[in-house]
Amino acid sequence: MSAPGTPLLAVEHLTMRFGGLVAIDDVSFEAPRAKITAIIGPNGAGKTTVFNCLTGFYQPTAGRLALHHPQRGEYLLERMEGHAIPARAGVARTFQNIRLFPGMSVLENLLIAQHNVLMRASGYTFGALLGLGSYGAAERRAIEHARYWLDRVGLVERADWNAGNLPYGDQRRLEIVRAMCIDPVLLCLDEPAAGLNPRESAELNALLGFIRDQHKVTLLLIEHDMSVVMGISDHVVVLDYGRKIADGTPAAVRSDPAVIRAYLGEPETEAPS
Amino acid sequence: MHTSGVRGPFDLPGALKDAGLVAGIVVLLTLGLVGFRVQDISSGPALVTRFDDVAAAAVLAFAGRLGIALLRAQRPLPVLVAALACAIGLTLVLSHSALAESSGLAQQILPFASPVVNWTIALAAWVLGARAAWLLWHAASPLDAQAREAREARMDRLGARVQDWARYVGPLLLGIAVVLPFLPWIDRRLLDIAILVVTYIMLGWGLNIVVGLAGLLDLGYVAFYAVGAYSYALLALHFDLGFWICLPFAGIMAAFAGILLGFPVLRLRGDYLAIVTLGFGEIVRIILLNWYTFTKGPDGLSGVPRPTFFGLPFSANPPEGEASFHSFFGLEYSPLDRIVFLYYLILGLALLTNLFTLRIRKLPVGRAWEALREDEIACRSLGVHPRNTKLTAFAIGAMFGGFGGSFFATRQGFISPESFTFIESAIILAIVVLGGMGSQIGIVFAAILLIGLPEVFRELNQYRMLAFGLAMVAIMVWRPRGLLAHREPTVRLSGAPRSAAAPAQETRA
Repeated sequence: MSAPGTPLLAVEHLTMRFGGLVAIDDVSFEAPRAKITAIIGPNGAGKTTVFNCLTGFYQPTAGRLALHHPQRGEYLLERMEGHAIPARAGVARTFQNIRLFPGMSVLENLLIAQHNVLMRASGYTFGALLGLGSYGAAERRAIEHARYWLDRVGLVERADWNAGNLPYGDQRRLEIVRAMCIDPVLLCLDEPAAGLNPRESAELNALLGFIRDQHKVTLLLIEHDMSVVMGISDHVVVLDYGRKIADGTPAAVRSDPAVIRAYLGEPETEAPS
Repeated sequence: MHTSGVRGPFDLPGALKDAGLVAGIVVLLTLGLVGFRVQDISSGPALVTRFDDVAAAAVLAFAGRLGIALLRAQRPLPVLVAALACAIGLTLVLSHSALAESSGLAQQILPFASPVVNWTIALAAWVLGARAAWLLWHAASPLDAQAREAREARMDRLGARVQDWARYVGPLLLGIAVVLPFLPWIDRRLLDIAILVVTYIMLGWGLNIVVGLAGLLDLGYVAFYAVGAYSYALLALHFDLGFWICLPFAGIMAAFAGILLGFPVLRLRGDYLAIVTLGFGEIVRIILLNWYTFTKGPDGLSGVPRPTFFGLPFSANPPEGEASFHSFFGLEYSPLDRIVFLYYLILGLALLTNLFTLRIRKLPVGRAWEALREDEIACRSLGVHPRNTKLTAFAIGAMFGGFGGSFFATRQGFISPESFTFIESAIILAIVVLGGMGSQIGIVFAAILLIGLPEVFRELNQYRMLAFGLAMVAIMVWRPRGLLAHREPTVRLSGAPRSAAAPAQETRA
């Protein structure tokens, strides 16, 4: 248990080296509870690497990733196996290039996100195979849960479509609600607005705001679209060449000289592009 | 002729060159295989040349290719005339010699001695002629890209409809399967073929769990088949246990072998996994071959107990004081009884496999298998344990392989490592892939096509495998994703009108 004031996620001295290449160099930041924290920075700044460390795809070279789960206590993510991070610590993520299960239906995509709950309900398959237990009821609950989230993104009508046949924007939204179906406390979104038109971007902002306000989920967001970043984030962390160069409210970060330098280059050294 | 619209200029030199090329390839291929033949004559083996056959094959290939080129260029009339003349001539000559029981005329006129080859040529000519006639009748070109796409979509719809019909086709096939032994024209040979086909259907369904659902390419499935067969044979021979007691043990041992193999290799993917499983299959065979004290090596295990009808043996003369199947039920002894029982035994095992698969597909673990096939990284990010989930698929697939193996052992009465070569794995995998990955009913059709056809054509001796190859090539050309590659969602949001979902379901990318 943790005091209400503690941040949900504390990243301390995170370092990730690939051979000689230092992708993340001693980065520390905090993600306040039920707030949206955006991680921005030029291409190759190490944003996605931070996500991959958080969600167990990479083993960090050094550093501590402490998650204070409101019900289950503290988890040290760097010591957990990849699949246990979503299952136990409640950290969900989406991917830069969408990773749905394209050959399966939209509803099935959302049911796989509830795999661990359903596995327990099915008595790890044995019970349900023999007709014991109440797997049917558990599955109905899971479907209702899925319907709730499909309703949020207007995909109820297309629940039985193959996920791969959805339009691009719907696939992005489906990936987000699929991550929400594991009932996470921390949701990491890797460029959710990439490839969306302005109207879809605005809808996305509304969805993220809803997730933060109604479900009290903490969001981490990698984004290049400044209208999304400045519009909804409560807190911005700026990375450049694997280092943190700024950390603060959107307004403070926007006027930070270091950030301007990282994005636009220094006037005297600017190379013609 | 009313094909003016789509008719382009015909590139005669190009077509001739193309046909010449094909004929050249045929010459290269057949020169070594057909052109020379070692024959025993009185003074010992001698090399006999058959260049006339090579030349005939080349001419046929040239003509056939030219015909196809003409069809593609919308000029069916000359093809129709030539092909029909050829077909009618061949058929007349062949049926004449078949009726007259003398192959004199055919041998004088036709280049090839074997009637099978000649009939095949006649059939090809008929097909070409029919194609030309069809083309003449319908103006549109069926061979251009658009039409092919349309055909693809049509076949997809057919696949979906067959899947729909599976509700009716399944029970229908099941009904046929149940009454099969009592149909009037069924003899011992056909029943043996049926047993073989159902065995392969069962193995296909078992492997389908691994390959079709979990997407793990397993080239060593026969290893589990072997483990099951040897488990039953050894348990029965050493401990004198009955078939029904050994069956679960054989399944458990095979599943255990699957887990044993799975633990180290399941972190590999795709081609790498395929190669390791291939190696595992060979390792198992070689262990069986060399561990002489345990498996009797290449001598094999003979005297594997035949199945009994719950303790009643199927023998004509049971030992004194014991009943056998026919005496217990007061029937006349018939050697067919045992075959019929074996047939029902494998049918029951196959149905068990099918029911299990249908059920588990709708359970979370089955859905997780399919999700792993689609995207393993996404699975991990959603908290699905990839290794454990794959291991269950591997173990369950192996278990059904083990059941199949113990059936094989009890049917044959004799097993040796010879029976568990790589080609068996390849055939089972071919059945799964050709049937349409993950499609239960597709596997039935593929097994009938790939196992049944060559068995029916067993008289054709060495040409028998041609039927196997032909079936495979035909499916790959017309249905590259398998006969019935169509997936129904395991769960629907509303018990739902298919109308909304239908357009999307039919074009799976």
